[in-house]
Amino acid sequence: MTHDAMLLVDALRDPAGTARLDPAGWTALLTIARVEQLLGTLARKLSGLPVPDAVAHILDEARVNAEYQRRSALWEADCARRALADYPGKVVLMKGTAYVAAGLKAGEGRHIGDLDIMVAQADLPQVEAALLNAGWEWVKEDAYDDAYYRDHMHELPPLIHKERDRMIDVHHTILPLTARPRPDAAAMLSDANALANGLYVLSPTDMLIHSAAHLFADGELDGGLRNLWDLHCLMSEYGDDAFWSALTNRAAHHQLLAPVERAVRLAHQLYGTEIPSGWRRWHRQDKHYIRRLTARDHWGRGTHKFTRLIFYIRSHWLRMPPLMLTRHLWTKWRKG
Amino acid sequence: MHEFRVQVGPAAFRIGSQWKRPLDQLAEFYRDYPVPEIPDYSVRLESVSLLRRFIRPSVAINGDYMLPDAAPLPLAQGLLAAEMAMNLQMALGWRRHLLLHASAVEKDGRALIMTGQSGSGKSTLAAMLGHRGWRFMGDEFVLVDLDSGDAVPFPRLISLKNEAIGAMMATALDGRFGPLMPETPKGDIRHMVPPADAIAAMSRPARPALLLFPSFGFDAAFREVGPSEVFMRLTQASTNYVALGEKGFSTLTRFVQTVPARAIDYRDGIEAEALVNQLWAECV
Repeated sequence: MTHDAMLLVDALRDPAGTARLDPAGWTALLTIARVEQLLGTLARKLSGLPVPDAVAHILDEARVNAEYQRRSALWEADCARRALADYPGKVVLMKGTAYVAAGLKAGEGRHIGDLDIMVAQADLPQVEAALLNAGWEWVKEDAYDDAYYRDHMHELPPLIHKERDRMIDVHHTILPLTARPRPDAAAMLSDANALANGLYVLSPTDMLIHSAAHLFADGELDGGLRNLWDLHCLMSEYGDDAFWSALTNRAAHHQLLAPVERAVRLAHQLYGTEIPSGWRRWHRQDKHYIRRLTARDHWGRGTHKFTRLIFYIRSHWLRMPPLMLTRHLWTKWRKG
Repeated sequence: MHEFRVQVGPAAFRIGSQWKRPLDQLAEFYRDYPVPEIPDYSVRLESVSLLRRFIRPSVAINGDYMLPDAAPLPLAQGLLAAEMAMNLQMALGWRRHLLLHASAVEKDGRALIMTGQSGSGKSTLAAMLGHRGWRFMGDEFVLVDLDSGDAVPFPRLISLKNEAIGAMMATALDGRFGPLMPETPKGDIRHMVPPADAIAAMSRPARPALLLFPSFGFDAAFREVGPSEVFMRLTQASTNYVALGEKGFSTLTRFVQTVPARAIDYRDGIEAEALVNQLWAECV
């Protein structure tokens, strides 16, 4: 049972410590960083440090790639901005695109996939129509999936642009409607901060709360080390006294204090994030999360199949009530 | 997991496999290549399920870069699976050169580059010329240096398909050939080890001197191809042109402006070789 991803955690936390790695150690580190989508971030952290030539080439390549991702994410955001130019409401960038658009540390070297935006729920038909008009189209042409998204999810069914082949997720809140916590999406929108180009990003506390909710109250922790690194960067960049006290109140208001506290504790434990002493409480389940987050072998393959299964079941449990889960899985199974 | 490492041109690979046989084949065919310490990319040949590891074993192609819908291959085609996986890493991951889906041979420090769709014969032509006085540089990818504009070799195993197999076995009597893999998703396939001089010189670049767009199956002919058409076709032949940003644009622009380009039609190797020699004499 291996936890080779601790190699990656250690390298991000103490880049100079990589001087002790042998070729096999470097191979494992780079492979795991790639599968965790943290190679660009690692390349940033190792800038200027002496590394073997073969490693330097790989890190240079990762920097080129990260720059490409940054450039295309900002371009995609601008395409959405132009498509929604006539929409009077706020268009809020989320996750990776928001980090690079706002020039945050969390965006440095970051892998960015789809474009995530958030708009007011009442405006979804208008936003949807504008995007369809500008060349985006449905990925899934399936009545059940489409209805499921519209009735129970926190976002529209994914749209893909027919020429650029890039996906956009249009959110109206940050968790599925079937999950127990009910975050205050209207407050998130009204407190969002404007960027120079007319797009918005979430306020610092909401940004952190969204990231924590995404990691601990929704998904099955795949790519969790990357997500937790985002959280580490946000805490390090924003974490003055005023921020920490505002965070408690805001997280409680969104009914998301538990996942936020878990994010803070785990970032501290894994990445050594500086956090106030009041947040440093140990929780008996944290060790299972660390086990799940670092479960990889030196080929980058997930280890600990049983822990993964438990977290997979947990992710569905969090997303929907049991009877609904049964109905959902039954429908999915019948459709094969 | 069994492991094998190999350096091909500037790229270093680690190949892991749950079965030993595909790696023994790789070790045999790549025996004259360097063994890297720290690989650029890892690929894994894994069974699609525990059962299929032993019964009608089926190889899933996994690695640093994967295609979500890549179909698994039978174990007898394990060598092909490994080659496809290595190509995939290059196509999706490589950012150190402008990558062109093309073949290349070299003479007097100058490179003849051939690009075209699958079935155009670019791979077979490079393999054939590599046994007829040219140095073989690669049959799948040509790597264009972002600073010098030189073509950097990537002489992996040559992948011969269908009728090219018989033609090459008749041409290269001393060649080392892999097992015949009939009825793969790409037709009959047989790998061939590049000539010794190609492997020995795999870190020696060459200046691009002529670009050909071959078409197999038509009466011998050639025509000039204008720079804008060349540019468009090469952006489509490159998997990393967009990712390289401005460097990709300036490298490709310089390539198009300095390298003459011709489309050639041919019906067999003899016709093709005559056309190549004629154009080489005229353009280079």
